[in-house]
Amino acid sequence: MPYEAEIKEVETDVLILGGGMSGCGAAVEASYWAKPLGLKVTLVDKAALDRSGAVAMGLSAINTYLGMSGRASYGQWTPEDFVKYVRTDLMGIIREDLVYDVARHVDSTVHLFEKWGLPIWKDENGKYIREGPWQIMINGESYKVIVAEAAKSAIGIDNIYERVMITHLLTDDNDPTRVCGAVGFSVREDKFYVFKAKAVICAFGGAVHVFRPRSTGEGLGRAWYPPWNAGSTYALMAQVGAELTCMDVRFVPARYKDGYGPVGAWFLLFKCKATNAFGEEYMVTRKAEVEKFQPYGSMTPMPTCLRNHAMLLDMKEGKGPIYMRTPEAIKALAEAIPDEKERKKKFKELESEAWEDFLDMTISQALLWAAQNIDPAVEPSEIMPSEPYFIGSHAGASGAWVVGPADLMPDEYKDAFPALYNRMTTVMGLFTCGDGSGASGHKFSSGSFTEGRIAAKAAVKFANDHKDYTPSVSDEKVMKLREIVYRPLNLFEENKNATTRPEINPNYIRPKMFMFRLQKIMDEYVGGISTYYTTSEKLLERGLQLLQFLKEDSEKLAAENLHELQRAWENVHRMWVAEAHTRTILARKETRYPGYVYRADYPELDDANWRKFVNVRYNPQTQEWEVIERPYVQLVPE
Amino acid sequence: MPSYVNPEKCDGCKALDKTACQYICPNDLMVLDKEKEKAYNQEPEMCWECYSCVKICPQQAIEVRGYADFVPLGAQVTPLRGSDSIMWTVKFRNGSIKRFKFPIRTTPEGSIKAHEGFPEAKVEDLDSELLFSEPDTLEVEFPTLKK
Repeated sequence: MPYEAEIKEVETDVLILGGGMSGCGAAVEASYWAKPLGLKVTLVDKAALDRSGAVAMGLSAINTYLGMSGRASYGQWTPEDFVKYVRTDLMGIIREDLVYDVARHVDSTVHLFEKWGLPIWKDENGKYIREGPWQIMINGESYKVIVAEAAKSAIGIDNIYERVMITHLLTDDNDPTRVCGAVGFSVREDKFYVFKAKAVICAFGGAVHVFRPRSTGEGLGRAWYPPWNAGSTYALMAQVGAELTCMDVRFVPARYKDGYGPVGAWFLLFKCKATNAFGEEYMVTRKAEVEKFQPYGSMTPMPTCLRNHAMLLDMKEGKGPIYMRTPEAIKALAEAIPDEKERKKKFKELESEAWEDFLDMTISQALLWAAQNIDPAVEPSEIMPSEPYFIGSHAGASGAWVVGPADLMPDEYKDAFPALYNRMTTVMGLFTCGDGSGASGHKFSSGSFTEGRIAAKAAVKFANDHKDYTPSVSDEKVMKLREIVYRPLNLFEENKNATTRPEINPNYIRPKMFMFRLQKIMDEYVGGISTYYTTSEKLLERGLQLLQFLKEDSEKLAAENLHELQRAWENVHRMWVAEAHTRTILARKETRYPGYVYRADYPELDDANWRKFVNVRYNPQTQEWEVIERPYVQLVPE
Repeated sequence: MPSYVNPEKCDGCKALDKTACQYICPNDLMVLDKEKEKAYNQEPEMCWECYSCVKICPQQAIEVRGYADFVPLGAQVTPLRGSDSIMWTVKFRNGSIKRFKFPIRTTPEGSIKAHEGFPEAKVEDLDSELLFSEPDTLEVEFPTLKK
């Protein structure tokens, strides 16, 4: 008896896919503008809104706050300052209109967070305490709970669907270039959901576990970015023909080894230094090698990928382990206070701040320190670059090519889009934000929420401008999709008795092994940790061949229950991210991001020929990928 | 591990249709063994150790044992989350203990009304670049680039 779930149809005007920071921002904003227009807003989350997305565990800092009105202890930056900072960190290629747009709104978001109840650290004058130039410190254990509560209050509980895994976007029967909804399944009950909408905002976060992680046993789940970020954002958009940008700009965070605890507070707030095992500061000793990547190698602050590059040069020469020199930093901070009693008090404060940094956002790191008896005042701790991730909101830039704000988007970009609504992709009716919108990194949590707001206001306007539009989706198409979505369950049932052990069966592949196969291909051919992030044309081409086998075998994924069915579809989505990534790296014939990825056959940075966007697009009609080059346009002078 | 469940303390959330840990886990890991009426982590190697289940458990039945492939045994990090603060107890492998308390929010739980205190949306403002609550919450004139 084939598995058949009940079909639940939900009609709405604006459909928000994903309930993380940007999805919650979208919910707050969309519901505000939708109200007087009588439009309906619906949100779908594959988990529970209170603890979903990348901020589920909490955060110890808000990394993007300009302080334009003077609320911070120092730094009253302009959006122009922010554009320059992001442009440097991302090696000269960003969408300045998008970055500027986030920057000019982001303070408003942070002020709302504080009003809603997020505790922000204050100095004796009541000013926000900065961690570094752009960051402010928070007591952020309940950051996501607070933001989710705001989103729920705005959109209404009845309009939120939790535990629904979206597998495909829907396109209109009369116009396959237009997105008009999404389908997916409940992970809790036998229900197949069909959401129909005028505008869709795709905000399912970044992608983790595309590459083989450093910990492959029980610690597999301890990725720096959460393991539930399965790349659905990029995959769903790619499948309907959305153009993706900067899919080569992966992110490789250097963090405390294995636990991946944050280093920002140590570097910026505690002025800590990192050295190799011999006490040499690789940022100093490797200066000349880093400066080969001009002009970015001489800029300050040093781009994130180049800092990785310097560290990797030492690691390759066997000069590791690399250490964060915590004792020296703590000593220096304490010694600055001459009075002994005051110094002891300060020491106690510092200790509490250091532990809160981990406990607010990476509890595993606190557990690891405790298990290794680490006292940061006495011994240093290892740091290490992780496996690559895809994330449009941090020091990476993967995502869709989207419309910028009307007053800022360069004319050169306009012809890529069927209509000009802020944060709409190259597909009519499909919007994105947060990790989903590309070429505009450094949004972090506050900027992602902000970009969700920007996208949502535009999506409401789009829905209102297309008030008379009704999605056309045939029953036949819905039935077909339902059959495809539940195929892994049926495949398992039909074949499970063919062998004496369900894991080993020639008729199907289980999601976990499918993921391991993907990770092995990506690691060995596309520049993962095992090759020190190095690849080449020949390796990439071989990787694509092996990905093709994997793609064919994705139709043989089998799942024993709804939980495993979720894993099956997450891994299909990861596979799409992998292909977009591999094709983009293949097309960019230079090494633009040393420390993230190296083209061994093109080891140099080539600004004269490659200071431009390399975009990729899957054509759903021909089922072929194409590469599209788009110019970099500078809006803010040096 | 990832989170594990103490069978002495777990009561399967009694008559509720789903357990608190099952409700909250961002990665769909916690499930209820209906026969034993105890919850368990069904895929420990996909656990991020986010402690959402630990914090929400009404019985304090869930703890975390560090990932066995790189964390030495013997340490424990235990939260006690209240309505406005969280208390952490960090037990080291060598037996020493540290305790920390941090605020988590400044407003009562359930009190947030996102749009409260701001005027209702006006349809004619839909074309403006200004977002909900702006320019009030920006506290400065809305910036634009001089082209």
